[in-house]
Amino acid sequence: MTNSEQHTEHSEHHTEHKHIVEYGKYLFIWLGLLALTGITVSAAGINLGNWTIVLALVIASVKSLLVLSIFMHLKFEDKVFKIFVWVAMLTFAIFIFFTFLDYSFIR
Amino acid sequence: MNTQAKVTEEKNFFQQSTNKYTGIGSWLLTVDHKRIGILYLFSMMTFFIVAVIFGFLIRLELIAPGKTIMEPQTYNQLFTLHGIIMIFLFIIPGLPAVFGNFMLPIMIGAKDVIFPRLNLFSWYLFIAGGLIAVVSMFLPGGSADTGWMFYVPYSIRTTTNVIPALTAAFILGFSSILTGLNFITTIHRMRAPGMSWFKMPLFIWSLYATAWIQILATPIIGITLLLVSIERWFGVGIFDPALGGDPILYQHLFWIYSHPAVYIMILPAMGMVSEIIPVFARRTIFGYNFIAFSSIAIAFFGSLVWAHHMFTVGMSDTAMFVFSFLTFFVSIPSAIKVFNWVSTLYKGSISADPPLLYALSFIFQFAIGGFTGLMIGVLSVNIHLQDTSFIVAHFHYVMFGSTGFGIFAAMHYWFPKMFGTMYNKKIANWAWAITTIGFNTLYFPMFIMGYLGMPRRYYDYLPEFHTYHLVSTIGSWILILGLIIMFANLIKGMRNKKDVAPMNPWGGVTLEWKVPSPPPMENFHEIPTVTTGPYDYSHYELAGKETK
Repeated sequence: MTNSEQHTEHSEHHTEHKHIVEYGKYLFIWLGLLALTGITVSAAGINLGNWTIVLALVIASVKSLLVLSIFMHLKFEDKVFKIFVWVAMLTFAIFIFFTFLDYSFIR
Repeated sequence: MNTQAKVTEEKNFFQQSTNKYTGIGSWLLTVDHKRIGILYLFSMMTFFIVAVIFGFLIRLELIAPGKTIMEPQTYNQLFTLHGIIMIFLFIIPGLPAVFGNFMLPIMIGAKDVIFPRLNLFSWYLFIAGGLIAVVSMFLPGGSADTGWMFYVPYSIRTTTNVIPALTAAFILGFSSILTGLNFITTIHRMRAPGMSWFKMPLFIWSLYATAWIQILATPIIGITLLLVSIERWFGVGIFDPALGGDPILYQHLFWIYSHPAVYIMILPAMGMVSEIIPVFARRTIFGYNFIAFSSIAIAFFGSLVWAHHMFTVGMSDTAMFVFSFLTFFVSIPSAIKVFNWVSTLYKGSISADPPLLYALSFIFQFAIGGFTGLMIGVLSVNIHLQDTSFIVAHFHYVMFGSTGFGIFAAMHYWFPKMFGTMYNKKIANWAWAITTIGFNTLYFPMFIMGYLGMPRRYYDYLPEFHTYHLVSTIGSWILILGLIIMFANLIKGMRNKKDVAPMNPWGGVTLEWKVPSPPPMENFHEIPTVTTGPYDYSHYELAGKETK
């Protein structure tokens, strides 16, 4: 008997989720993603200075969030998966922030 | 630490296969973490020897000004391969993949890592990446000549085989990520009953911190190297300024991974030293919690200092100020470790065996490497020292003088446990003395000549630097002599079946010293119950009696 088998007994109970998402909802989210893409393209044409990149990143983040939570079913998963995704997201955000300490203040 | 492991005459992991095959097949398809650790050990050491030979040739070329033994192009290719092999195939996998694999499950009281097959797959990825790097040397076009950093735009324009080298690094990155994933999950899920987080050995804490960096930072280098390949293949302007790209962005992305990678390399070595010092000082480690948290702090803050490699490339002043400040900040947890190691040694009953000697070399050389790191973290001084051999010396003091010696310390410390035999301690002491003298003779002159203006990576130099280069090259011969003696002694020890190692030759109290040497296939007959901390030397007398 391997350790992993032994520890299965102690592992958290994995509950079966029933998460049937209606097609209408998928279609609605898809249209939302298209709309957000449209906004990104239009906003790129407006000169907002440093805010251009902030706006693009915020819209991209919202789109990623929708894809992750609905299409990739993260919304219906265990808490531990959500925590891991958020840790990765937070790390990414920190890296972006520090990189833009260069780009935002460069003369 | 109280265990219920039974000591009986039984087959060890060398004698028991996890599959139906015998001989080489039983090794290539094994899922036993100890065998995979040994596979990593031998493949990694092979790559190490290749890269040492390249380093030796580089130093030989630099023994005198002008051409000595090779053409400038060959020189560029050799230092690139030396860097790629040493970093991606030796130091990064060094402690985690070899000793982490072998010892982690035993030290936390588990029978294996949580994903044994994934563990074997990681080794195959490691070998695939390594082979691609080596094969690229022999393909038409020649091996890459960009340096291990693959800086653009040169890496996009050179006609040498950059793509195979990038592919190798990309695949090796996956191996690293999967090992990290395996370790984090194993540490979370497989600890023996009673082994709370603060009863874990400090080597495990350092592996845990390292594994998080492996998972979070490695994908960034993966995608960056992929972008360089896309730019080379399709001419998309991402990093090349001639195509509208931004070369500084490449440097940001490269160092976002590669600076934390330095901590992937050194954190396990620090954990290793934290294991060795209390055992050979016969004292409970000083400041356990601080050492444990300093590993996490180094992993966190060490991930936020990457742009200190870029102070002279034209970044914004704000970025320079912030990154310089954070660089100073990361020295605090590093210093905490050094102070705690020295405090542990203070008034200890020190037994100067080879593992401790290598660990002491680590502390000495890490102090030099660390302090010179602070010097080049200062913005003004950095402008003078950037791209000189001072940087090369600093880097080698941290990577080889510290991590390399940490790996040697681990090899000498865990050798009797892994192979069940003993090496000649007297010869090991000599090898230690010669490698330490050789190492310092090789790299210390680089600090001086770098300060005086000797650029790094130059094929030729002004006559005023000749003496320093000569001393440095002689140092490389001494170092290699020490390495030959060390490896010969260890290989002889491995084959020496007469000098059987006892279960606990050093008087350690962590769990790996409670199982036979070499350990049986699943380590423990019964999972041990842990009741005390990992360095509790009030139990030392008892542990001493158990070995007799």
